[in-house]
Amino acid sequence: MNYINILIAVAVVAAIGLFIGIFLGVASIAFKVKTDEREEKVLSALPGNNCGGCGYPGCSGLAAAIVKGEASVNACPVGGEATAKAVGKIMGVEASLNKRMVAFVKCQGDCEHTHLDYNYTGQNDCQMLNFVPNQGPKSCNFGCQGYGSCEKVCPFDAIHVINGVAIVDKEKCKACGKCLAVCPRKLIEMVPYDAKYLVACSSKEKGPATTKSCTIGCIGCGLCKKNCEAGAIAVDDFLARIDYEKCVACGVCSDKCPKKSIVRK
Amino acid sequence: MSNYIVQLIVIALGSSLVSNVVLSQFLGLCPFLGVSKKVKTAAGMGGAVIFVITLASLVAGLLYEFVLVPLDMTFLKTIVFILVIAALVQFVELFLKRYMKTLYQALGVFLPLITTNCAVLGVAITNVNLEYDLLTSVVNGFATSIGFAIAIIILAGIREKIEFNDIPKPFQGMPIVLVTAGLMAIAFCGFAGLI
Repeated sequence: MNYINILIAVAVVAAIGLFIGIFLGVASIAFKVKTDEREEKVLSALPGNNCGGCGYPGCSGLAAAIVKGEASVNACPVGGEATAKAVGKIMGVEASLNKRMVAFVKCQGDCEHTHLDYNYTGQNDCQMLNFVPNQGPKSCNFGCQGYGSCEKVCPFDAIHVINGVAIVDKEKCKACGKCLAVCPRKLIEMVPYDAKYLVACSSKEKGPATTKSCTIGCIGCGLCKKNCEAGAIAVDDFLARIDYEKCVACGVCSDKCPKKSIVRK
Repeated sequence: MSNYIVQLIVIALGSSLVSNVVLSQFLGLCPFLGVSKKVKTAAGMGGAVIFVITLASLVAGLLYEFVLVPLDMTFLKTIVFILVIAALVQFVELFLKRYMKTLYQALGVFLPLITTNCAVLGVAITNVNLEYDLLTSVVNGFATSIGFAIAIIILAGIREKIEFNDIPKPFQGMPIVLVTAGLMAIAFCGFAGLI
């Protein structure tokens, strides 16, 4: 056994290791990136889901934007009050709080209240329905088709298709807005968390047509508008719409609605 | 001279298509399966691997020829190449972080994971075993990584489509991906008559 060979082998590996170490050390100084240390702190205060609900590419994108002053400290729709406060503390500004919003599916045409015009056996995805007759088999051509694109895209497990119609779990919803973007019928809307009465229908058809396709759809009769003392309801395109700023949550609209399209949450 | 160029082209075609690094040599399978969910990330991974393998075959070739062979220490090649590759990936990471921030963020955790991509080491060892010279090594490395990029991008494209299919329950998730990869490997056998 040649001991010198072993020593040379050790020396070679050690020398290469040493060289690489020095090289990387120099490189890390030469390529040093100046990062604002607040950026890391802000990033750790953010939820870290990288959902993109704020409009920036992930939480690190938002953290960079907040530090640069491009985004406000409460720009994260997911973290809500706690995150806004934490970020505000790091940035040294008082966070003015946004109202908590949640997604709401403006449809309650489930399997009991609607029927199918034909049997659809294609791909189980809402986007595909743009290519089939009447944009899907369900009798209502405005409502939720229940193929769950929103369910698949939700990063917080907050929206589920139950009995043929998507329903948002208000407590789990973080208002990232991904379901709004993916719904081909634009059925999902951001509503204030504390909004009590909501119009759960999107049908813009005239009364008789709506009645034919769904037993619980808004027919645009205007009873809610007439009875609303706060003047918070408008009816356009045969569809009632509630102004949540003006709504006083008296509940008259829900009581008067002959179709029970206005629901209490 | 023209013979040499023809030989280079043959090697390039051979290692990118005929003996594709993933589909017929079964190297670098973990990023192939792990990062092939979306075409965009797959393309990013492919790009990073092209960069690292090409650079690694150059540096590994230099080290082998000018350090290990003169010292008669060729049995150290595996450990030395691993050292070199790890350092290169680190360097690439530093470089990208400084000069190409967006690419760095797009690659994310997959960049350091290239260290563990056995295709990189595989190419360096193959170069040495087949006694390629420096230029041939680099060409071989580049072509091999192109083959990797082709394979991972095709698989990602197929996986994006598979998402919409009605797959039997036992095959959902990874099994169908492995079946797909197997069929791709069979398809790539068709290139065997190319050279």
